[in-house]
Amino acid sequence: MPEVLQAPLVLEFPFTRSLGPVQSAFLTGLRERVVLGVRTRDGRTLVPPVEYDPVTAEEIGELVEVAATGTVTTWAWNHEPRRGQPLDTPFAWVLVRLDGADTALLHVLDVPGPDSVHSGMRVRIRWAGERTGAITDIACFEPYDGAGERQDTGRTGATEAAVHSGEFENMVTGIVAPARLDYTYSPGRAQSAYIGALSERRTVGERCPSCRKVYVPPRGACPTCGVATSEQVEVGPRGTVTTYCIVNIKAKNLDIEVPYVYAHIALDGADLALHGRIAGIPYDRVRMGLRVEPVWKEGARHPDHYRPTGEPDAEYDTYKELL
Amino acid sequence: MTREIAVVAFAQTDHRRTSAELSEVEMLMPVLHEVLDETGLKTADIDFTCSGSSDYLAGRAFSFTLALDGVGAWPPISESHVEMDGAWALYEAWTKLLTGEADTALVYSYGKSSPGSVRDVLTRQLDPYYVAPLWPDAVSLAALQAQALIDGGVTDEPALAAVGARSRSDAGANSHAQLRGSVPQGEYAVRPLRTGDCPPVGDGAAAVILAAGERARSLCARPAWIRGIDHRIEAHGLGVRDLTDSPSARLAAERAGAFERPVDTAELHAPFSSQEVVLRRALRLDDSVRVNPSGGALAANPVMAAGLIRIGEAAAGIHRGESDRALAHATSGPCLQQNLVAVLEGDPR
Repeated sequence: MPEVLQAPLVLEFPFTRSLGPVQSAFLTGLRERVVLGVRTRDGRTLVPPVEYDPVTAEEIGELVEVAATGTVTTWAWNHEPRRGQPLDTPFAWVLVRLDGADTALLHVLDVPGPDSVHSGMRVRIRWAGERTGAITDIACFEPYDGAGERQDTGRTGATEAAVHSGEFENMVTGIVAPARLDYTYSPGRAQSAYIGALSERRTVGERCPSCRKVYVPPRGACPTCGVATSEQVEVGPRGTVTTYCIVNIKAKNLDIEVPYVYAHIALDGADLALHGRIAGIPYDRVRMGLRVEPVWKEGARHPDHYRPTGEPDAEYDTYKELL
Repeated sequence: MTREIAVVAFAQTDHRRTSAELSEVEMLMPVLHEVLDETGLKTADIDFTCSGSSDYLAGRAFSFTLALDGVGAWPPISESHVEMDGAWALYEAWTKLLTGEADTALVYSYGKSSPGSVRDVLTRQLDPYYVAPLWPDAVSLAALQAQALIDGGVTDEPALAAVGARSRSDAGANSHAQLRGSVPQGEYAVRPLRTGDCPPVGDGAAAVILAAGERARSLCARPAWIRGIDHRIEAHGLGVRDLTDSPSARLAAERAGAFERPVDTAELHAPFSSQEVVLRRALRLDDSVRVNPSGGALAANPVMAAGLIRIGEAAAGIHRGESDRALAHATSGPCLQQNLVAVLEGDPR
């Protein structure tokens, strides 16, 4: 069995999301060091707030201000912070029911060790220095024992939630939530063999033991018969253009002059056409049945393009099943 | 009249920490062939195909389309996919058979956790506004639930350790399991959960064939009749829920008919020891019920397949005559947010 190929694969997205009226008020509030909840018809206060009552599915939007102090309802000690988490020193995950709220908010608690945290302990918000209107405007929670202590916003840690308009200057209406996941990609047995052969400028497919068709690139299965393929077959290097199109719009970061021809090429011995670019011939002279061969560039891992071989065109009947 | 539908065949891979030498379809194909061989069916005989998997595990968009090579999708077939555990794909196939539009269905699911970090990957299923930006991984969220149970006096750390030990001991009889026999309880992963309270991370696949009525009897000596399936979800806000209870699992079980008569076996999809504690209470399982004789998710937890495997294991017990009435459960989301319950029965002997 050939060596299993592996390569790093990083997926990174700056997910851009719109906020509804309730989430907009909540996240803008955090920027202003104000914590808002939403009141349900039966008088419960949900923090963090949602737009629909989780019990009745009724639309709700009556905003109330709750305190920046609260009580830990449950916790878990995380001795090894992971990328993206709010603190890079060991911390406790906590669910905190803020004073004035009936539900709990997930965040982290900055304490030296697991002996410093317990359910029922009193905590308060530590605000981030720079706030943008995001859940991370709460840097973390910290222990709080100052009964009646005034918040640095000048508000008292009131336990009665007061009605709030939810209006602030420059409302935050959207967030960008970057996400990154790291993988080590392995293409598996069949595709590893294909990629390995390309490094020797050969193209290999696999023959289905049932219908005898040769698939290229091989994926280890015959999609018609649903059986495993394993018999390797070298195909090409020459092939026949089965169909093509003329590309007139230049792609970003693509160093190819337009117009150019993009074609399906059935390599000799293959029962499936590959994709490739056709060059070495004026674009308006490319045709179905044109015989082509790959052109490699130094150090490349796949053919740069295909060019005419000069042979007579293939008869339509020889490739009509491969269109 | 309601049709009778049964699980008539089940197969699963040997679950392993990594299977880098295999693509998803290469990993999946042997189990597809195994269930087809068990029933004597060919791909062309299958009326409906449904699968479960996740692009976030694979790190590729539309990753399930490549797996379709394994089921022979030409000439065209009737096919569907859920971006969930295969247990929910089975639910879709079951409803398809109930309509009478199909008599046989192939259900499969697969997941390779080895290419990425499944703890990080699962954060992407969380509320993207308030929760996901904090990157709370799956183990941390399960640990919050475990602590709530301990604070509530429902369980303690030694009792949780015993759940893990029993699971891996039972898995000794399951050659497919990833962790078998004695496994150290280990250090805290996220306190109060130790590594022994957490599932192994691994790759695997499973497949099931469903058939209706007389077709099922012709394909299997003792079909595992699905008497009911239901699935329920709870509020996504963790702080809205009582983490020590699972009202969604209880309601799904009730609607699936689980409480009408006692079951002898339960296959619970509880990736964390603390979740078995929650589910036993919610599903009213007393000590007379064999829970997870396969070892359960604490012995092998191929993400996206582990729930389907619970249904398959419960059915296989009925096929073998070891069980007459079994409950199978699958979960998804943080802290048992979503729960599916199926009740399976064999013909009286």
